[in-house]
Amino acid sequence: MKRKIEVSELIFKIVAYVFLIVFALLCVYPFIYALSCSFSSANAVESGKVVIIPVEFQSIAYKYVFTDNKYWISYANTLFMAVVGTIWCMVYTLMGAYALSKKRLMGRHAWNFFLVFTMWFSAGIVPQFLNYQTTGNIMAAIAGKPWTEIDEKWLVIIAMGMNATNVILLRNSFEGVPAEIEEAARIDGATEMQILWKVYIPMSKATIATVALFFAISRWNGYFWAMRMMKQQNYSWPVQVYIRDFIDKSSELVKPHEEYASWEEVIRGGYSTKDLSALSVVYAMVICAVIPILCIYPFIQKYFAKGVNMGGVKE
Amino acid sequence: MFKLKCDDFLEYDEATGTYSMSQEQKVRDETERNHWKTTGITILKDWRLYLMLVPMVVVYLLWRYLPMYQLLAAFKNPASATKVEDQVWYGLTNFKELFFGGQANEFWRAFRNTFIIAFYGLLFGFPFPIILALFFNEVKSNIARSIMQVCVYLPKFMSTVIITALTIVLFRGGTMGTGIVSKLLMAISPSGALHDAATSPYGLVFSDRYFRAIYQIVGIWEHGGYDSIVFFAAVIAVSPTSYEAAQIDGASKMQQMRYVVIPSILSTVVIMLIMKVGTLLSVGYEKVYLMSNTSNYESADIVATLSNRWSESGGSTALGIAAEMVNNLIGMILVIGANTVAKKASGVSLY
Repeated sequence: MKRKIEVSELIFKIVAYVFLIVFALLCVYPFIYALSCSFSSANAVESGKVVIIPVEFQSIAYKYVFTDNKYWISYANTLFMAVVGTIWCMVYTLMGAYALSKKRLMGRHAWNFFLVFTMWFSAGIVPQFLNYQTTGNIMAAIAGKPWTEIDEKWLVIIAMGMNATNVILLRNSFEGVPAEIEEAARIDGATEMQILWKVYIPMSKATIATVALFFAISRWNGYFWAMRMMKQQNYSWPVQVYIRDFIDKSSELVKPHEEYASWEEVIRGGYSTKDLSALSVVYAMVICAVIPILCIYPFIQKYFAKGVNMGGVKE
Repeated sequence: MFKLKCDDFLEYDEATGTYSMSQEQKVRDETERNHWKTTGITILKDWRLYLMLVPMVVVYLLWRYLPMYQLLAAFKNPASATKVEDQVWYGLTNFKELFFGGQANEFWRAFRNTFIIAFYGLLFGFPFPIILALFFNEVKSNIARSIMQVCVYLPKFMSTVIITALTIVLFRGGTMGTGIVSKLLMAISPSGALHDAATSPYGLVFSDRYFRAIYQIVGIWEHGGYDSIVFFAAVIAVSPTSYEAAQIDGASKMQQMRYVVIPSILSTVVIMLIMKVGTLLSVGYEKVYLMSNTSNYESADIVATLSNRWSESGGSTALGIAAEMVNNLIGMILVIGANTVAKKASGVSLY
């Protein structure tokens, strides 16, 4: 039987399609625009001739970025912080979530509250800053160097990036593993660590992948605290801080001219401000910084879709 | 009703005609006396499990709970010493200064801005993902829908720095040549306030008047697609038989929407709404920080950024701590209230 399509249904369908297509295009457009601008000439970028495809194609902006050592040092710093930071966060989150998922854990409610309270109330930026500063001082004392000389990458890696939501996500997933399997493993003589490693982790791979990716993305994208803690140390800046600093320094987009150097002073020898606009360099830096995410994004986005639904937190 | 009888815990000895404590009661007493001992032994036997909890607890204690100690500075005299522990108590003087003193204007402005940004975020940001999810449900081709979903989730994974950089550049005006969005807006309104703001040196983002609108648009652009996941999951969970039943009863598309889809996703909507209300005041300060400068503080400055600025300039750290504490305490009350309401309304506790 072929159902007659009503007018209202047709209109609704058309509206839905148009709306979705427009919104989807809008979501990717800024990145396409940035890509095109990074390949366009200085004049075309500043006068706004670029709309979708590059105008007066050239790749001088990339040549500039590729020869900018500090950019790539900060890029490497970000990669390092993302990888090591994610591993560190995953280690204690996995163990903690496993312990919290056990019914036999004494004071389970209290531990959960301990965790969840951090989602409700945070001390605020200034107290956290003072606290991180103390941590830095202690780390400096252990390393035997003054606080301005220690590598603050480690402070960022160890002391930042914890997230109670991720722990709860993992805890819920562990609670879903049938107790019989654990018992069977226990009868076979498995220790606690073996049970976590050989039973729980393989059985909640999807959630673990999601949580690890949440950590990695937040590490890769983190800005504020790295900026706040690493004011003097531009050799350990992550790439996000470097990009923002470049925007502040080289253009008058954010800060007035008097506060910083301008593009004429920032641009390196061998390039002229006529051929190369600060904007093109910003676009090229942005494109270089999003490429890693764009590369893994198609493979991970289904995990994220799953992860969010699991996040519908249980009782 | 349960009634306690003496032979529950006493034993009658017929030969001597006396009572003595029963064997069972002895065991019960023993258990009670050794409660803490047995608990301790259970914990000790299970030490591996507790050891696994330790790293997480230490991390949270050191970098989430220890900062709260600094909150004491809000109640102490900042002039008396540099470290909190050495400062003398000051009562509520800092709060008085904050609410009525010389910098009170700045604080109330930031407080109002926090509320307004959060409220607009709820008003415009909340319905959007629901509409998106309903529309996604209309796309019957899986491939087309997947492609669209990949596109709309994308902005969520971009860093705040990159999003704000692109926003500033697209809405720029003045010295570096106007951005493409500014140009579009100028074409739409050839004169007037919008036109003036678009051509001003800092562009639209850094104008008092348009910051809020741009902030919300960027917020929707960034989170809209990703937030629709939850609602889309609720929409596709509606069983096809419900649609069929409605169709047999002669319901049009709109009526199906009104009487089948909306009621079935209502519980999800309510829970998400309550959750949103709970996190109302935790406006993402990173984005505001990156999108504000002296020229748009009037509408962009929120409590977190204000407190950060106060402490950075070194002048009034104690006031900054007090300001953010007030903000976060109200936020916490909202979360707890929202959670209580959710529990009453749907029997689900969010935490």
